[in-house]
Amino acid sequence: MTKSAEQNAHTTPMLDRRDERVKHAEGVGGSIRAFLDRVRSGDLGALPVVVGLVIIWTVFQSLNPVFLAPNNLVNLLFDCSTVGVIALGIVCILIVGEIDLSVGSVSGFASALLGVMWVNQGWPVAAAILAALVFGALIGALYAVLFNRFGMPSFVATLAGLLSVLGLQLYLLGSTGSINLPYGSPLVEFGQLLVMPDPVSYALAALPGIVMFVLGYRTAARRRAAGLSAQPMSSLLLRSLVITVILEFIVYYLNLDRGIPWMFGLFVGLVVAMNYALTRTKWGRQMLAVGGNREAARRAGINVRFIYTTAFMLCSGLAAAGGILSAARLASASQQAGTGDVNLNAIAAAVIGGTSLFGGRGSAYSALLGIIVIQSIASGLTLLDLSSSLRYMITGAVLAIAVIVDSLARRSRASHGRA
Amino acid sequence: MDNNQEQRELVLSLRGISKNFGAVSALTDIDLDVHAGEVVALVGDNGAGKSTLVKTLAGVHQPTSGTITFRGKPVTLTDPSTALGLGIATVFQDLALCENLDVVANIFLGRELSPYRLDEVSMELKAWTLLNELSARIPSVREPVASLSGGQRQTVAIARSLLLEPKLILLDEPTAALGVAQTAEVLDLIERVRDRGLGVIMISHNMEDVRAVADRIVVLRLGRNNGVFAPDASNEELVSAITGAANNSVSRRAHRRQAQSGQTPAPEGRQ
Repeated sequence: MTKSAEQNAHTTPMLDRRDERVKHAEGVGGSIRAFLDRVRSGDLGALPVVVGLVIIWTVFQSLNPVFLAPNNLVNLLFDCSTVGVIALGIVCILIVGEIDLSVGSVSGFASALLGVMWVNQGWPVAAAILAALVFGALIGALYAVLFNRFGMPSFVATLAGLLSVLGLQLYLLGSTGSINLPYGSPLVEFGQLLVMPDPVSYALAALPGIVMFVLGYRTAARRRAAGLSAQPMSSLLLRSLVITVILEFIVYYLNLDRGIPWMFGLFVGLVVAMNYALTRTKWGRQMLAVGGNREAARRAGINVRFIYTTAFMLCSGLAAAGGILSAARLASASQQAGTGDVNLNAIAAAVIGGTSLFGGRGSAYSALLGIIVIQSIASGLTLLDLSSSLRYMITGAVLAIAVIVDSLARRSRASHGRA
Repeated sequence: MDNNQEQRELVLSLRGISKNFGAVSALTDIDLDVHAGEVVALVGDNGAGKSTLVKTLAGVHQPTSGTITFRGKPVTLTDPSTALGLGIATVFQDLALCENLDVVANIFLGRELSPYRLDEVSMELKAWTLLNELSARIPSVREPVASLSGGQRQTVAIARSLLLEPKLILLDEPTAALGVAQTAEVLDLIERVRDRGLGVIMISHNMEDVRAVADRIVVLRLGRNNGVFAPDASNEELVSAITGAANNSVSRRAHRRQAQSGQTPAPEGRQ
């Protein structure tokens, strides 16, 4: 408190600092203390996933030194991108407190549609991709109608969708069962080979730190001008620097091998765009409001049905995008696409990353963090030459742990007076 | 006090409002006046029609017959947004806040500034201005509402209703489910809202709270006006008016009081 008084040399405290009952973190030490307080009260944020990741990486690295080699990590990023995009859609639907169990089927259907239109019917690849995305979004619109008009629980509507859309996928592929996408086509190159040139990757890695600093500086200036407390310049600078150093190191390490896949770049771009939409737009605020308290949102004049519709459409649209990417990754559209563990991996990634299954809490970044955890487990177990039976069991256990952590944190938040 | 009321602007005036739900008449011939800077308490037993009347004013229900005059003009309140647009704000019994969002987000819920790039600084500034005008004790507007006490939540709900600068504010059971200290806080808040020159209609079951802040107490019984009382009316008078025991004597007494004060009886008082 004395420090802040010195810093500001104000006789009257700032507008948001007049209540002496509230402790405010000052400086870098204060931010760390505030963070620890938050964690103790159950506002875990990204902490469990980071801790989990460290444990998983340590274990696998000690079992097989190839695991953290740049080559394996680049492959990991390629694999992350496909299911990661699907998980991003799951984040949207979980935020409004609903669920979509059919994302795997929708992704498989999108890859089948892409294969049929592009390879069999000879459509231009862009038109085929667009058709797949539109159909994906339309499936979400159908769920929204079932949910909004008929009051069908999303759990049931999308479970029915899981089967029906899988049926559509098998019907589209017909007796051949699988369609090979041409090697050497831009889409397959994108999914398997294309990486950023080194300078581009370094430049992109510097971007978040710069943007964070510039935006933070402008916000702080505006807040000071308005008489509100603002983040001190030192901590803003420190944070931007730490982020930049970490990202540049990651890029440097991956550039020892092939480098950052463009497909992963696309995925991260989508995550950043979604994060902006969720945190900085009216739509995102309303998504969180609907997930937190539907009736309150309705009384505040929010078009709740519209919000649900956008959530369902985004979820299945992104699932279709993920299906297209995985078709590009595998260079084929097959009957197996989108079956097996795709569904649960996507949902698990969102939950492990910290998006609550109970609605109203979540972040686009949870898709990114969560899918890296899931893919690390998958990749580590593959390197150990373990069968998929064990892989399923271990991924299942990790999902269970993530949900338990979510539930416990929720209880702790309730008892500490945080939503 | 009556002299003050005469000088003040008549914000809301209801004449002969009736509301039927099928064969059930929830409201029959209700008359009610609210002036600027006046707290009118609406009391009555369960099923007396208080909530129906408030919902009618909030635009949730449409009256079957009767006229609503708001700020001198007859109005039809077809839906909640019409009422809000005219300047009638409602704070519902269950507060309708999103616990996962912070105070600023709740105050501006559905009315966020600059939809594609939320203007957090302006919104926070406005939130503090509103809260300070109410002398509210909110520790931080950047904490989720879940961390606030019941009284603080009620404060946020009231601050939110003031965002659109209404002329009339309807409070449905603002002190129900609150502790002693928090109730006092909310009552202070209601007085501050009144001092800003707003008309306030407050529903309450708690006679103590009602007498503490109300300038007039309007009793409803079985969907009809059942007397208007000054805040210093005794508990027995109020209770008998509410429950209907000794009905006639209560209304006679109300008339006598008005006659003594030398005023023409307020329209609500005419039965």
